[in-house]
Parts: sequence; C-alpha cells; structure tokens
Amino acid sequence: MLAFADSPQPLLPARFERWFAARGWRPRAHQLALLEHAAKGESVLLVAPTGGGKTLAGFLPSLIELESQPARRRARLHTLYISPLKALAVDVSRNLETPVAEMGLAVRIETRTGDTPPSRRTRQRYTPPDILLTTPEQLALLIASRDAPRFFASLSAVVLDELHAYHNTKRGDLLALGLARLQAFAPGHRRVGLSATVADPAPLQRYLVPQRGSVQSLSALVRGAAGAVPEIAISASDAYVPWAGHLAVHAMGDVMNAVRGSQTALVFVNTRSQAERTFQHLWQLNEENLPIALHHGSLAPAQRRKVEAAMARGELRAVVCTSTLDLGIDWGAVDRVICIGAPKGAARLVQRIGRANHRLDEPSRALLVPANRFEVLECEAARDAVLAGELDGEDLRAGSLDVLAQHVMGIACAAPFDADALYTEVATAAPYRALSRKDFDDVVDFVATGGYALKRYDRYAKLRRTKEGLWRIAHPRLAQMYRLNVGVIIEEPMLDVRLQSKGRPAGAGGRVLGQLEEYFLEQLVPGDTFVFAGKVLAFRGIRETAAYVSPSHDTEAHIPSYMGGKFPLSTFLAARVREMLANPNTWGNLPMPVGEWLRIQEWRSLIPEAGQLLVETFPRGSREFLVCYPFEGRLAHQTLGMLLTRRLERLRLRPLGFSANEYALAIWGLRDMGGADMDRLFDEDMLGDDLDAWLADSALYKRTFRNCAIIAGLIQRRQPGAEKTGRQVTFSPDLIYDVLREHEPDHVLLRATYQDAAAGLLDIQRLAQMLARVKGRIVKKRLDRVSPLAVPALLEIAKEMVAGEAHEDLLHEAEEALVKEAMRVD
Amino acid sequence: MSTDLFVRVNGESLLLDAAGALWWPEEQTLVFADLHFEKGSAYARRGQMLPPYDTRTTLKRMGSLIDRYAPARVIALGDSFHDRGGAERLDGHERECLARFGRSAEWIWIAGNHDPAPPSWLGGRICDALAIGGLVFRHEPLPKAGAGEIAGHLHPCKHVTRRGRTMRRRCFASDGARLVMPAFGAYAGGLDVRDWAFRTLFGAAFVSYVLGTRRVYAIAA
Repeated sequence: MLAFADSPQPLLPARFERWFAARGWRPRAHQLALLEHAAKGESVLLVAPTGGGKTLAGFLPSLIELESQPARRRARLHTLYISPLKALAVDVSRNLETPVAEMGLAVRIETRTGDTPPSRRTRQRYTPPDILLTTPEQLALLIASRDAPRFFASLSAVVLDELHAYHNTKRGDLLALGLARLQAFAPGHRRVGLSATVADPAPLQRYLVPQRGSVQSLSALVRGAAGAVPEIAISASDAYVPWAGHLAVHAMGDVMNAVRGSQTALVFVNTRSQAERTFQHLWQLNEENLPIALHHGSLAPAQRRKVEAAMARGELRAVVCTSTLDLGIDWGAVDRVICIGAPKGAARLVQRIGRANHRLDEPSRALLVPANRFEVLECEAARDAVLAGELDGEDLRAGSLDVLAQHVMGIACAAPFDADALYTEVATAAPYRALSRKDFDDVVDFVATGGYALKRYDRYAKLRRTKEGLWRIAHPRLAQMYRLNVGVIIEEPMLDVRLQSKGRPAGAGGRVLGQLEEYFLEQLVPGDTFVFAGKVLAFRGIRETAAYVSPSHDTEAHIPSYMGGKFPLSTFLAARVREMLANPNTWGNLPMPVGEWLRIQEWRSLIPEAGQLLVETFPRGSREFLVCYPFEGRLAHQTLGMLLTRRLERLRLRPLGFSANEYALAIWGLRDMGGADMDRLFDEDMLGDDLDAWLADSALYKRTFRNCAIIAGLIQRRQPGAEKTGRQVTFSPDLIYDVLREHEPDHVLLRATYQDAAAGLLDIQRLAQMLARVKGRIVKKRLDRVSPLAVPALLEIAKEMVAGEAHEDLLHEAEEALVKEAMRVD
Repeated sequence: MSTDLFVRVNGESLLLDAAGALWWPEEQTLVFADLHFEKGSAYARRGQMLPPYDTRTTLKRMGSLIDRYAPARVIALGDSFHDRGGAERLDGHERECLARFGRSAEWIWIAGNHDPAPPSWLGGRICDALAIGGLVFRHEPLPKAGAGEIAGHLHPCKHVTRRGRTMRRRCFASDGARLVMPAFGAYAGGLDVRDWAFRTLFGAAFVSYVLGTRRVYAIAA
C-alpha cells in the first residue's frame, strides 16, 4: 500500500480525504487527473492496467458532485455506467457500495439488467437512482421509451467500462448510437471511458466524443502508471513438441504442476470444447483431488454461479475457463494464469495475465502452454511483445447498417423523428462518421417497408410519414416487438441438454446441464458420445427443445465440434512471428525440436524473409500439394483457399480440396500446380468476380446474412406472446437469402452482410491487405517431397472442400452406404 | 431425364424430380406440394418484411417444370396459398402467370389447412382428396391411410452428415406404400424426417429421397 500524502488535495472534499486516509491510501495520480477533467466538464479516456483503481477513478467525480448536491433536489439520474457484462455491472455496484457506505454518502446506486424485475424497472423510470449501472442493450431500451427525454435530462456523466473490449464491435455501434441520442437529451454531460492498455488510444478517444465537421474530435487522455512487469513462462520441452493439434495433451503434467504450485489458477482455453477436454485431462492427473472447476458460457447459469461463488470464497485451486472470465470481475486470490494454446494477440495476453493478482505493484505470473510448433513461435513472439510493451492495434470497422436499422426503429418507438435531424445526429457517432445519406435513407426505407424495389408492402409499413413529414411507428404492437428483440448478440439456436438415467425413456424430465448449439446436436446419432459439463455423455435423442443424454462409461468421447479458435491471430502478432521465423539468430531460444524443425526447413526448402510469401509445391502419395504460409489466421486462409481453388480449377490444374490453419494453407490436387504463375494466381483481382461467385453459395456467408437479418429486424426472434428459441422461426433465412440475392443483389441488407463478412467470418479485409503486401514478393519452391513447415498443415483434417460440387459428393457417399447395406449377400 | 429417380408407390411408377415435384408418366400428371404462395406478404402484414419475390420465384420454378413435362394434368397438393387472403395479394403479373398455367393443363387444387378453399377464379377443380389409379392425393397424410397415399403438409427435410459436416435438404419420404412430398414454395420451411410425425406414418423403415442440385439421392431415413 502507498502511504498517505502529507499535502491535502484541494480537489478532494474533506470527507473523501478522510476516507482515503483511514484506509492508509492516497488518491492515485490518474484519479486526481480525472477529477480535474471532470471539474472542467471534459470527456476523458483513462487507459490503465488492471488493478489500478480504475473503476473508482471513473466514479469519484460523480460521488463528489453528488455529495455537494442537496438530497431533496435529487431523484434524478446523475451518472450512467455502461458495462459489456451484466455480471460486471452487478459486481461494480457491489464494490461501489463499500466506499459510499463508509463515507456515509447519501447516494443511491442501482443496476438495471435483463434480470431486473419489471416492478423495479418501472420504479426506476419514475424515481431514477443517482447512479444507474447497466448494459448497452438496456440503454437502447431506455432510449426507445417515450419518457426518455425526461429520464435523461439531468444526466451529468456517463462511465463506459472496459471500452477497449467492444467499442469496435456491433455492440459498440449500438452504444455509440445510444450515446449520440443522449447527447441530444443532455447536451452538457461528460463521458469517462475506462480501458485496459491499448496500442493506440485515439480510436477510443474519438469514440467518446461527438464528431462534427471534417476535423476529428478527441477526448482528453489520462494514462495510469504501468503495472509491474509480468513474469511469463512458456511451457515447451526439449523432449517433445507436437506437430499439430490444439489440446496440448502432452503438457497437462506441466499444467497440473503449475496448479499445484498456485493458490488459485485460472486456466484459459480458447473454445468451449477445449475447456471440456482440458478439464477431463486435469482430473485424470489430479491425484490429490484438488478442487478444480469448469466455467464456460454454455453451462447452466446456476452451475456457473456456484463456481463463481466458490471462487470468491477462495475454495478453488483452479478454474478451467473460456473468454467468459476474460473481463472485469475481481477474483482477488488468483495468483497465476495459465493460457493453453496460443494467445492470438498481445493485448489479449496482457488482459488475461492481468486476471492474476489484481494489484498493480506485484507482478502477475503467467504460464503459456503452446499446443504445437507454430504456437511455440506465437507464444515467444507474444511474450517478447508484452515485455517490450508493444501491443496490437486493430483496424476500425465502419458502423454496421443492420445495427443502424435497429436503432432507427428504437428511435421511432420513442417518438416521431425527422430524418434530416436523425441523420445529423447519427453521423456524430464515431463509427457512423462517414455514413452516406443514401445508406441512411435506404436503412430508413428498409425499416419502413423492407426497402424493396418492388413496392408491395406500403400498406403494411412499420413507419409512416406524418403530415409534418416526421416518421412515426404505425402501431404500438411494433414497439413491443422491438423491445422483445433488442440487441446485437446473435446466439446460435440452442437446445437444453437434459441428463437422464439409462433406464428411462428418452424425452421425459431430467436435470438440465446447460445448453448446446442445435446444429451440433442435430448431427449426433443416438449412442454417440461427447463431453459436456465435465462429463462424458451418450446422446439419446432430441424431443422438442431439449436433447436427452445419459451418463457414459466411455473414457474417450468423440467430439466432432472443434470449430477452431474464436479469435484470429492478430495482424501485429503475425508480423512478429514472421520476423522471428525469418531471423535464425532468434531460434536459439526455442525448444530443441522447434529449432531443429526450422533448420531442416532452411536446408530442405527455404525460410521466407519477413515480407515474402513462400509457396511450396510437392507430390505426396498419389497427390500434388501446394502449401503457402501467409500467417493471417484461419478465416482469411479459408477464404483464400476457396478463391485459389476456383482459379486453379479454371487453369485446369484440378484442385481437389484444401485445408487451412492459423498459419498456412494447403491445397491438393491431381496435377502439379507449381507451373502456375504465382503472381497471377495470388493477384488481388480474385476479390472481384471470383469472390462474388463464391459468396452466392457459401454457408458462412448465409450465416452472416441470417445474423444481419435478425439484428436489422427482418427476422424477429421473438414474437409477443410466443416464446423464444430459434426453432420458432418458421422460414429458413437461407431461402430468404437465395431469393433476395436473385432479385435484388444490391439490397441494403446484402450490403450490410458483405460489410460484416468482410471484417468477420471471411476476413476479406485482411486477405486484401495480405495480397497487397506480398505482391511481387512471392517465392516459389518446388520440392520432391513434403517440407517440415508443411507437415502441420497436412495434418489438419480437410474441413472445407472445394465449393459447390463437394456437397453433392457427400450425398453420394451417404447413398453408397445404403446401397452397400442393401446389396450385401451375407 | 435420365438423372431423375423412379420409385414405386403402391405399384405405380413415379419419377421424383430434383426440383421437388413428382411426375407420373402414365397419367401425364405433375404434382406440386405446399406452394405457399404469398408467404412473404403474410409475414410482412405482421411486421417481418420478407422480400416480396417468393411467389414469382415459385412460379418461375413451376414454369420450367411445366415446360419440361408438358403435363395433361397438374395437381397442387394443398397449402398452395400461405393464408386465406393470399390469393387476393397476388399482383397482375402473378395472376396472369397462374392463368396461363391453368390454360395449359387440367388443374386440381387440393384443399390444405392454410387454404381450405382456394379462390374459384383460379380455375381448375377444387377437392379434398382425389383418387386416380392406385393412388390417392391428399394434403395431410392420415395416420391409418391405406397404400397409395401421396401427401404433402409435413415439408420433409433431411440432415445429412458426412465427414463432420452437416447439410439440410428437402426430400421425399416413402416406404413404398405411401409417399410424402417436399414443400415446393420458395420460403417453405422443413421438418426433419427424424421427427415423430414420420415415425407414426412409416414406422422406422423408410427412405428419404434427398434433393440435390441436379439429381435425387436415396438415403436411409
């Protein structure tokens, strides 16, 4: 703890000063800096590492202002706090109650989330608390109500927590539009953004303040003191490093030992199924029966709360978790973070490491556990970056049109709006700064009647023009529908997973273990086993909205659901990995098998320079392979694979399929592809017609369309009176997509889909950058057999086949199975 | 077409077209099930503005089959309109198209549950069920119907999983005694053939005839 300073702080009222003193603290520099900016009414971004008293810094100015106001003048909202996580809002509220109670402040603090009972919501609307803690979705709902102008009129401050985590997402868009509206209700309010350490704070500073005119406005910036340098170890042995895979089974002994040497460890993995598998493996080694728990988003909420509570009481030695525990909530006792698999980004690694030891002046301890050879390189590169204080920035996306459509509907639900005024207001939100008037008008038209060239729906219009030229909603029922469907997080349709004993008939009762995606469960056949909720389960069948399972005695389950990492390797980290690879002087630090792997590659093939793209071709078995190493992440590689196979097909080189991982792309076929002109093959023009033709039939693209259609309100997940689940949608979004694409390929919703896919599932932006980067720098190498670098790529199972015809092949195989069965003569 | 698939139902030889229609060569009869015209506008009325192109897409697909088979008789197996008011919402172009179809062949409109009585201006004959030769055409399959029933209503579809990938396609379902047709309408959804509804019709042993891009694949249900 820091000692109390002798000099009194003029910014701090006596009551606050005494409170700091009583605890043996003194206000930190950044807390005081925030007070100064607040006194001037300025918006400010605070960038500080975890454990720096960031949250208190955000609220301190509000508490001081409220203390000086007479209580009777209140019953008005003073400060709005927005958190990306419901649980974080609740947690912060609890943490804030402590100083408020200890100082005896008459400040009312309340939360408002999806769990808040309707009676309290109503009361909050009429007698607002001084400080309201909520989420972006709840803000959208508050704004869409008729009394919003009155509710927000007295607003003085908005605190945006963990802003780095979502400002550049669709939720960030939704919030930015909400803030633009708050600006109209309470023009004088100031904003405080709280962010973890980021490479470039300017986009966040822009996000915080209204944008007007051609010059970009920035909020003020305060940086907290840097925390102690973390201690990062990498578990990689000289004995054995796997060639491929994601589970790091070989290193579970090391992980278990690290757990034994910790008070409480968080074991981070990248996917849910990986969490399940890791949990199983640890328990197989857990001879001492140490309390090790499992936490991920699909487990039943009651189960998750139980783990969180046990954690808070300090009863657990380790929790295996996914990104659900990435953010915010303070666990206190965590003294080590173990990351299984590659970190994917330096900033993500810093964030996760920060979960250990929420104290600034003590170093966080972390153990990185790479699961394969490429991940060793990635872990080394990430550690170097973190220790050098360098972090990855991210490309800023433009605000999504589907989110704008949802917002426009919400605005209309509150009161009739003027299109010119709303356009001006929307363009003050940083993500929508460059929004064209045409896009805006198309969105309004879409909300009103679907925006189709064929004007068939005027009589069903959801928005109509009043005599004064304002847009108003056509029926109050539409406002009810909007409220049921607000939000931009689209979950896959889920089914409850119910556990039954084997004796009972499938389809009656059973304890709910949690929820799983419908598409995963639908591909199971009764008797299939999979791991969920820490158990090996046998699938029995699906009835209505539940899947029934029974305990299985198998120790090895078959999990076909590995979907790859959710987070692509960051551009920044990829560049560092390429540099490390290109520089043999750095290989000395690598575990022996990895160094040897690279040296043999250098001898047998070549090691590309950092700016080059290596393309190898070689025969293997009866097939010919082409392998390239862009290091741009699996999503971009998959898109590249789709487009390259189309081109190779046109060149009559007859590709048969490809597989992509985070680092490389492998294409195989019947003919040597090495003769192709690689500069032509990798030319950027593949992003034109080839891309367009492929998108027409891509399952990923259709999924993106479905999500945009739901957010934009074309497809309503919930209807008043009817209850939820994706199964209630009685038409298939894929069919809608096919018809719309055929008749109106330039429809605003298809534009939104493209925008989304370009930055998301297909990562077209990143692919475009890569193609530009390697132009004229492609090195081709013909080999007589597979190279060391190519082995991991070849070990990947072919998950994507050449587009189009492959689907038919699968049908063909399925048919053959039946024919075989029917024709057998035994 | 040589790539289409012939099946026998109650002794009659029927061709399953990959577009989802049924062709009975001996009777020169073409059958469509569950056209669900104007499903888009039915949703638009309730605030979900689906693209207003479903009817014309369905009509276009029907037109190419009518051109190919030049049927003497066409049977629409019920739920031809998504709701009662559907027929009134057709535009001039779509009405004209239906009228042209009506002039080209004898039309039978089987009544469905969505459209118990298709409007009379459509022309053709309206009935609840129709028996021809060894077959009975009906909208909703009866649990205890005898052999030869051709029905729609259930919108069968099949999830096919191979090598860890799943796709969902419309299909015919038949045990050789009776047959359920896939929905033909552009926006018509589907019910997985593993649903109990199919068990009660067929028991456990029946075949899904899955619609591919150019041909139909027979896969065990």
